[in-house]
Amino acid sequence: MEIDPFIFRLSIFILSIFVGYYVVWSVTPSLHTPLMSVTNAISSVIIVGAIIAALSGNDGVVFSSSSIYGFLAIILAAVNIFGGFLVTQRMLAMYKKKKKDK
Amino acid sequence: MSANLSAILYLISGVLFILALRGLSSPETSRQGNLFGIIGMLIAVTVTFLSVGNFTTGFIFVLIFLAIGGSVGAFIAYRIPMTAMPELVAGFHSLVGLAAVFVAISAFINPVAFNLGTPGNIKLASLIEMAIGAAVGAITFSGSVIAFLKLQGIMSGAPITFKGQHLLNALLLILILILTFYLCSTQSSNLFWILIAVSFLIGFLIIIPIGGADMPVVISMLNSYSGWAAAGIGFTLENTALIITGALVGSSGAILSYIMCKGMNRSFFNVILGGFGATEQASGNQNKEQRPVKSGNADDAAFLMKNASSVIIVPGYGMAVAQAQHALREMVDTLKKNDIKVSYAIHPVAGRMPGHMNVLLAEANVPYDEVFELEEINNDFANADVAFVIGANDVTNPVAKTDPQSPIYGMPVLDVEKCKSVLFVKRSLSPGYAGIDNDLFYKENTLMLFADAKKMTEDITKNL
Repeated sequence: MEIDPFIFRLSIFILSIFVGYYVVWSVTPSLHTPLMSVTNAISSVIIVGAIIAALSGNDGVVFSSSSIYGFLAIILAAVNIFGGFLVTQRMLAMYKKKKKDK
Repeated sequence: MSANLSAILYLISGVLFILALRGLSSPETSRQGNLFGIIGMLIAVTVTFLSVGNFTTGFIFVLIFLAIGGSVGAFIAYRIPMTAMPELVAGFHSLVGLAAVFVAISAFINPVAFNLGTPGNIKLASLIEMAIGAAVGAITFSGSVIAFLKLQGIMSGAPITFKGQHLLNALLLILILILTFYLCSTQSSNLFWILIAVSFLIGFLIIIPIGGADMPVVISMLNSYSGWAAAGIGFTLENTALIITGALVGSSGAILSYIMCKGMNRSFFNVILGGFGATEQASGNQNKEQRPVKSGNADDAAFLMKNASSVIIVPGYGMAVAQAQHALREMVDTLKKNDIKVSYAIHPVAGRMPGHMNVLLAEANVPYDEVFELEEINNDFANADVAFVIGANDVTNPVAKTDPQSPIYGMPVLDVEKCKSVLFVKRSLSPGYAGIDNDLFYKENTLMLFADAKKMTEDITKNL
């Protein structure tokens, strides 16, 4: 009997939880705010689904009942992607070490 | 683009996201990590365009909407003051949640586009995944909106509780399960809409009883939810990048919630069930007696610090409210010129979100190697001359160590009282968010500085 592809995805999911667990514990507490903003940005990869939804309209019909939700989701996810990565970058640029000349 | 190739590219983008989080283990590697994240996102979006391969009018509209959202996001990212970070993150979480709901709705209306079957005849597994994604997404959305409103001060930060609240929440959760079950057997779109509506309601109800001081837990929790919502959608779309990301974000938020709960010595359920402070306030007010406090002015504070050889600064949410971080750093610069050793002590739950204080200090150009976590610095208080508490309160309360009756008993606190002298900048003697009196105010070696944090710090600098 063949293994359902769902099981493969489930495996990836479970392993990723463990990877996430160990990776996040190694994040220094002083960077917890950037951690939140960057996880925010990457979870917007949901835009992948939004794009598929938006381009699902039949020939010639750009805005169908289902694609409209896709377009709306694209806007939301895009705000998050740009906002999340840029604000993270802005924050991280502020973390500086003590100057050596002291 | 072949399905296998795109699957591999999605996997690569998932790995890049892991590296993005990995980079945050130290500030030096963090900027590179962020870059990995951006590349991962770029790959995921490009692959999606190529694999859909529909470069018609719709594609142009996608780019337009992408540009609209992107410029709004970029605008916000550059304009937002660092003190408003908690609100921003809560706001962003709500967007992820709503986006998940929209994608789930779209997939429900038009399953053919996602290769999930036909309307009214969607594959069972996909339907369950969709329902989970939509429900968690909706809870994330409404919960984050409430958190945002509370943090912005549009809604009172005080917990809103009513009788039967927990019972109602439990019933609604059961209702969601029942709805999901019937949705799977009937494929009725009405049930799908009801499911989303009930989920919105739950998110709202879960967050309203949680008070302002518990916001770090709430934000972390919603962070986690947004991840699980994304993972749910990832299963629906059979997309590895989304599944990996969802799992990463989900566990990241869960760990942060755990750290925050530990910082308050409270169980996760205790926080979620809410109402902290509401019951304690009554008892706190009763035994409030008028005890003498020593209060001083900027001149006294400057005198004390000038004669100190080491000073530890304890910042809290009050510093963020007063925007005092820059004034504080100027004060510290002056102290350092006088050869006084200065370090900063940060409690895990200082501020309104994990790491809130660190970002503010970084913004004020405080080098991160002068900033220490509770465990790293707590032993140093005994050897320090002056502790300068600015905008923090409950996290310094010695009652947490001495009084088993206290609601914050057992919470790890900064041993500020062990310092030779304590300077406490505060506007009044009012209790902190936990609603309890701080014993530190009345200690022999404490000097209260009643003023706005920013103004007081500036005045001290002038007097140094």
